Amino acid sequence: MERDTILHRVRTALGRTANEAPAEPPPVYLRVPDWSLEERIRRFTEALEALGGRVYRAGGTAAVQEIVWEILAGRSAIVSADGLSGIPGVEGPYHDAARIREAASRVDAGITGAEYALAETGTLVLLAGPAEPRLISLLPPIHIAVVPVARLLANLDELLTKVPDPAAQTSAMVLITGPSRTADIEQILIRGVHGPGEVHVVLVDSETG
Amino acid sequence: MPIEQPAKIDQTLQDANLQLAIYSATGRLMAKRKDAISPDVCPDYQDLRTQANLVKKHTIENLDYYLEIVEKAVAARGGKVVYCRDATEVADFVLKLAKERDARLLVKSKSMTTEEIDLNERLEHHHLEAVETDLGEYILQLAHHKPYHIVAPALHLTRYDVADIFAEHLSAERETIPEKQTLMARVALREKFLAADIGITGANFVVADSGAVVVVENEGNARLTSSAPPIHIAIAGIEKLIPRAQDLAVFLRLLARSATGQPMTVYTSFLSGPRRGGETDGPDEFYLVLLDNGRSKLLADKGKRESLYCIRCGACLNHCPVYRKIGGHSYPWVYSGPIGAILSPQFMGVTHDPWLPFASTLCGACAEVCPVKIEIPRILLELRGEVVAAKTREKSNRWERLAFRLYAWAARHPSVWSAMGLAASAVAPDVPAMLNRGPIADWLSQRDLPPLPPKTFRQLWREREGTGVR
Repeated sequence: MERDTILHRVRTALGRTANEAPAEPPPVYLRVPDWSLEERIRRFTEALEALGGRVYRAGGTAAVQEIVWEILAGRSAIVSADGLSGIPGVEGPYHDAARIREAASRVDAGITGAEYALAETGTLVLLAGPAEPRLISLLPPIHIAVVPVARLLANLDELLTKVPDPAAQTSAMVLITGPSRTADIEQILIRGVHGPGEVHVVLVDSETG
Repeated sequence: MPIEQPAKIDQTLQDANLQLAIYSATGRLMAKRKDAISPDVCPDYQDLRTQANLVKKHTIENLDYYLEIVEKAVAARGGKVVYCRDATEVADFVLKLAKERDARLLVKSKSMTTEEIDLNERLEHHHLEAVETDLGEYILQLAHHKPYHIVAPALHLTRYDVADIFAEHLSAERETIPEKQTLMARVALREKFLAADIGITGANFVVADSGAVVVVENEGNARLTSSAPPIHIAIAGIEKLIPRAQDLAVFLRLLARSATGQPMTVYTSFLSGPRRGGETDGPDEFYLVLLDNGRSKLLADKGKRESLYCIRCGACLNHCPVYRKIGGHSYPWVYSGPIGAILSPQFMGVTHDPWLPFASTLCGACAEVCPVKIEIPRILLELRGEVVAAKTREKSNRWERLAFRLYAWAARHPSVWSAMGLAASAVAPDVPAMLNRGPIADWLSQRDLPPLPPKTFRQLWREREGTGVR
């Protein structure tokens, strides 16, 4: 059997025997900077806007609705259950895979939440789940994420401190850092290849819902 | 030693446009990396390298243990690990699965491992359509080219080349504006993503205790490949394992910064198993193919085992004075540059392309920029030794061995060495011309011998001691 052959070859090459436990791996290396909330907001905004994304701040649900309404400017959108409801003309949330897929490939914008955001790199962290399908942040040309500021972590190291094993929570964790891009033709930067070419993040001061 | 190099090298050297393309692309990647690791933005860069090296060393030296861990973890998440010894077994597995599920169309995201085993050709041979979806790889697939660079596969093509390729294969108007070319690819490929039966990705990392694959990218095609079709197959070399998800804090940082100078790539997907109960979308089936293809043989060599630490960032290519002249297609295998020069002989045998380990100045730039600290120059030297030993077995070069034996003897006898130095400096200006007529004239045709100084080092040293200057 291929499995046994390969494991046997590997063990022989390494001079190990079956079921031989290894020494402890090197201790994990995680460095979490101690940044105040304002510092995290400032860094997140700078990092994401440097990549061509846009960051907004809202005081509460009403303000979020107004901002999203303005970003959409009449364009069509689908919302995930983790996103934000109550905006006229916005579809969803849907819970049927086929319907989500159909709508997400038709509309201009996908509105989602985010489990966390990372200040250092301007990154959104989305965990696929019942309220957050994979395709809403992926198929439409515009992605709008609504994120409570309390979810703003310092960096990847802090995320992996809070979520040491993402597999325990979801089949798919995706980190999104700015709009989809390529430089495959003559190293010229082009946004919006396969994923959204526009990323808008609305930071909300108090937890909504 | 007479070294036969491929004709491709001369072609590349004579193509001024290509020279400029390679030089500027690698130069830009070098500058971006330099900014991304500068102390003000990445103060612990050297500590990260040390940690990455230690984690890779630990994992590789206990690889069988971690393979069994990942196998169990993937199964616990509803996926399945499939071990494959070589390219044929991977193709057989995919073909069998495609047949059972009545699959016709496959979408693929960029993966060097699948390039290594010519997966697309094998699948197409059996009338399956396998579509590359990374923009660069898509262009290459249409044009039937091999990747030119590990992270910038279509580096050798201009927008005008792309215009010709798209016009021919997409039956569209000739379009030379890169934005519009990208849009053409987006439209053509979106259709494929939504219709595909199987998605095949590579894996930048396989997290053992999570049973997860990690895929980094900028375009979104790997996300689509792993999310839209009902079946996701991830194909990874067995060396891609890391023990824990928390190790990603180190590796993701190093990979993106070393490869493209980004603090993070646009998308990092952490995928473990198929869609779970309650989740609304994602694949119904998940397979992790773990490929050997010669890796276990390489493991046996303690001195060179570290070649398997490579995370395919491409930094050694960008910084290599040889790669920057001869380009990616002069190398015998899909892996080019310094890492290709140490991987290819170990996978294909040192006698396959005996010139390869010698095509290096041993300047050490590759080792200096390697994020996992692979000692590429040392391994190149070991491989040179192996090539010479193999050649000696084949046909011994008596004169060369005699010359080196004499050199070694002189170097061990200071008085002889000193006398030779004095003799050489006496005729110093004539030495380069003398050698150009001698038995090593061939070798010198590719190299410039610097003029010999009029005084030997020992003479200069004595003079300095006399003046008290150190």
